[in-house]
Amino acid sequence: MTKQVRQLDRVVIRFAGDSGDGMQLTGDRFTSETAQLGNDISTLPNFPAEIRAPAGTLPGVSSFQVHFADYDILTPGDAPNVLVAMNPAALKANLGDLPRGAAIIVNTDEFTKRNLAKVGYSVSPLEDGSLDGYSVHPVGLTSMTVGALADHDVSKKDAERAKNMFALGLLSWMYSRPYESTITFLERKFAARPELVGANIAAFKAGWNFGETTEDFAVRYEVKPAKMAPGTYRNITGNAALALGIIASAVRSKLPVFLGAYPITPASDILHELSKHKRFGVTTMQAEDEIAAIGAALGAAYGGALGITTTSGPGVALKGETISLAVALELPLVIVDVQRAGPSTGMPTKTEQADLNMALFGRHGEAPVAVIAPKSPSDCFHAIIEASRIALTHRTPVILLSDNYVANGSEPWLLPDVESLPDLTVEFASAPNGEDGTTFLPYLRDPETLARPWAIPGTAGLEHRIGGLEKADKTGDISYDPANHDFMVRTRAARIEAIQVPDVEVEDPDGEARVLVLGWGSTYGPIGAACRALRQRGHSVAQAHLRHLAPLPGNLGEVLKSYDRVVIPEMNLGQLAHVVRARYLVDAIPYNKVRGLPFTAAELESMLEDVVKNG
Amino acid sequence: MAGRDAPAAPVAVKLTMKDFKSDQEVRWCPGCGDYAILAAVQSFMPELGIPRERIVFVSGIGCSSRFPYYMNTYGLHSIHGRAPAIATGLSVSRPDLSVWVVTGDGDALSIGGNHLIHALRRNVNLKILLFNNRIYGLTKGQYSPTSELGKITKSTPVGSADSPFNPLSLALGAEATFVARTIDSDRKHLQSVLRAAAEHEGSAFVEIYQNCNIFNDGAFDELKDAGTRDDYLIRLEHGQPITFGKDGQFCVVHPPGGFGLEVRETASVSPDHIVVHDAGVAEPAYAFALSRLPGEDLRNTPIGVFRQVSRPSYDNLVHSQVEAAKAKATGTPEEQLAGLLTSGDTWTII
Repeated sequence: MTKQVRQLDRVVIRFAGDSGDGMQLTGDRFTSETAQLGNDISTLPNFPAEIRAPAGTLPGVSSFQVHFADYDILTPGDAPNVLVAMNPAALKANLGDLPRGAAIIVNTDEFTKRNLAKVGYSVSPLEDGSLDGYSVHPVGLTSMTVGALADHDVSKKDAERAKNMFALGLLSWMYSRPYESTITFLERKFAARPELVGANIAAFKAGWNFGETTEDFAVRYEVKPAKMAPGTYRNITGNAALALGIIASAVRSKLPVFLGAYPITPASDILHELSKHKRFGVTTMQAEDEIAAIGAALGAAYGGALGITTTSGPGVALKGETISLAVALELPLVIVDVQRAGPSTGMPTKTEQADLNMALFGRHGEAPVAVIAPKSPSDCFHAIIEASRIALTHRTPVILLSDNYVANGSEPWLLPDVESLPDLTVEFASAPNGEDGTTFLPYLRDPETLARPWAIPGTAGLEHRIGGLEKADKTGDISYDPANHDFMVRTRAARIEAIQVPDVEVEDPDGEARVLVLGWGSTYGPIGAACRALRQRGHSVAQAHLRHLAPLPGNLGEVLKSYDRVVIPEMNLGQLAHVVRARYLVDAIPYNKVRGLPFTAAELESMLEDVVKNG
Repeated sequence: MAGRDAPAAPVAVKLTMKDFKSDQEVRWCPGCGDYAILAAVQSFMPELGIPRERIVFVSGIGCSSRFPYYMNTYGLHSIHGRAPAIATGLSVSRPDLSVWVVTGDGDALSIGGNHLIHALRRNVNLKILLFNNRIYGLTKGQYSPTSELGKITKSTPVGSADSPFNPLSLALGAEATFVARTIDSDRKHLQSVLRAAAEHEGSAFVEIYQNCNIFNDGAFDELKDAGTRDDYLIRLEHGQPITFGKDGQFCVVHPPGGFGLEVRETASVSPDHIVVHDAGVAEPAYAFALSRLPGEDLRNTPIGVFRQVSRPSYDNLVHSQVEAAKAKATGTPEEQLAGLLTSGDTWTII
């Protein structure tokens, strides 16, 4: 049977199931196949904090959304065109996000009376007509998988578990995905248990063949490769990009890296990844707590390593006192905060941008640090190298604000040429710097950067003592002198302001815009997509996105004042807007959502359209 | 960076006590026990044969934590309780250094208790000197985690309701490989303990009884006064039977059926039953039993090295993992990085 093939420019698929159904893996594989084909991609995993919430319940639903297109895209998509629902809970939890007409593939084997009752369905939604507006494909995913594996030497449980591969096979067929990488992946993943390699490949192929033969799926789709810049690509999550960026910082600075970390969602993957790459001179230490993690990193920095600590908001709160110490010691230190929804434990697997205030102001005393935020998963690589550069050059703590959305989301990444990465080499102090030629002045500053010498233990003739007590200018001796303290406080502030950061760039294609949208961090995608959509409909709107939050770009005030209205969407209650109002006296319009999920492009488009039209 | 991977080894440098005195004015209260400890450490340091630039003193907060300012070595006066954590990062990344932590009973056992026990269980190559004066001095006289139950202080006007820690019992419970106690006023003994600590690979935990003459004066007088000290102190000597008292009239025995050690009159026991001190006993219960001997009145206080056993240091284990990975790698770091970036599923667009 030859099936009709229809061309699409973009598709959004959401795989949803129980947290034990392997939806993250299924989504990852589909993404990888899609990357191989050359589509542009953006993904959004969404899972509960519980490892295995009670099976079949709404809190246990885990999903993975992938958006792929034949042009460059900026977000994982607002609404799925296709929902794969592995059980009634997955259907119920995700149905609200589906536009009418979307396709739903349901695993009918899980639609038992008991499972329906667990999520409050008295009648199966497959039978009561409530899904009439959708294109529903009922498929016995579990039973067909078990049937397909009848001749395989695997337990019934293992056979049932392969149902996600059946679903992947079916979707791979529907969207004409190349599957070689999945076969290789399965061979590698189950290398120790060859019977599972065979079973999972068979389940995948059974799903593929089912699509090809069943009359329920009359159409197969194709999405042509996107026009992307030439080069080698890989799909990358934000956390993986941070780990690679840290290794690149080690290579480009020629320094050993010391990572101190305490396990915390959603930052732990950075520790996991780095612990595999010791050959680059990377030492990872899983410390006894967040404070020890940053303390050890600072101790290593004192000894001449690139000291890094990775955590999330609750961890940054605990590290505050040590960050202040690093401010006083004027030593390089990189603090990565993969933000999650707070306060307190909040929603550990959900995203938010609400740690900006803490990064900028969350320490005792006047304790300024540099703050930087990546805008997308692949940008994490370059942002952490920039954070390392600032820390090493300016001998200051730098806070990098990632978030759960960029950390776990993924996109294609054009791999950089290693030689093109910035040179991060620094010089340690090696000789006395006093006028007499014998004295060492640990707080004598470089006139341009205001950085002090990095004099590491082991250097003869430079023995000195530093600490958290206020220090006299130049000598670093303990000082309670009022004028000296005033001078040192102002100098520490001036040190941060002295950091050279590039001007913020404004995207205003027709130059007619009167409204500027200003964002920072992970909102870049949805803001960009909203601006594009508005422009396509004939409206003018300008977009600027901040990577550097401290110090702010030198041209920002001028940029802000050249527009009639400035809109600042943030996944917090207006933290950047507050800074902008205070610093530039610009009456910015905040737009704030804290739902634990990224903005949709559609909501930003509608909000911005209102501002563009009505001011 | 040459030599940064080489472990701290004695080299032929001739230094004197004077070389270890910094130019900073010492600002402890007149009569403080810290002066005696500082002088003992400064005059001991030349013995190490390690050049000053390879020695680092790291401290937290408290009177004792001002110590690094007075040593003409590298020094880091950090924040309250965190010195062991900070020193861990330094020691692990710089095996060529000799890293010393100076802390107090509040710093190490209260706010920094977590870091202390984890440094000890990891066996980080740190020499940890805990100055125990059983009081908070710098904050002017509150009770500390080693103050006796019922202690009357500014914050406990009717007596503290907290039971104290026994620092040595705590360190032993935390798997410390080297545990010792000494006294500020006994320079010879203090230096003999420092010597043993310096030679130990891994964490060396040294409790130093130190007098705070302002807020807790005389806390250890019975151990110092010529009239009482011999009857109160048990001077542990490796390989020697544990007897003490002016005339050796007391001894330590392991009573049959009991869990621990007890003090007896020497005349009342057969010499075979007197415990012969062995710091190398693998089972920590022995050193723990020694640590439980003192009574609230300080009678039967052992000083010296309680425990000294060999276990690989955290530093060495971590370092050897990194070195093993480096040894297997081929190509320049840039080539390796390029290889890493292109590993996994990639695709090329022409």
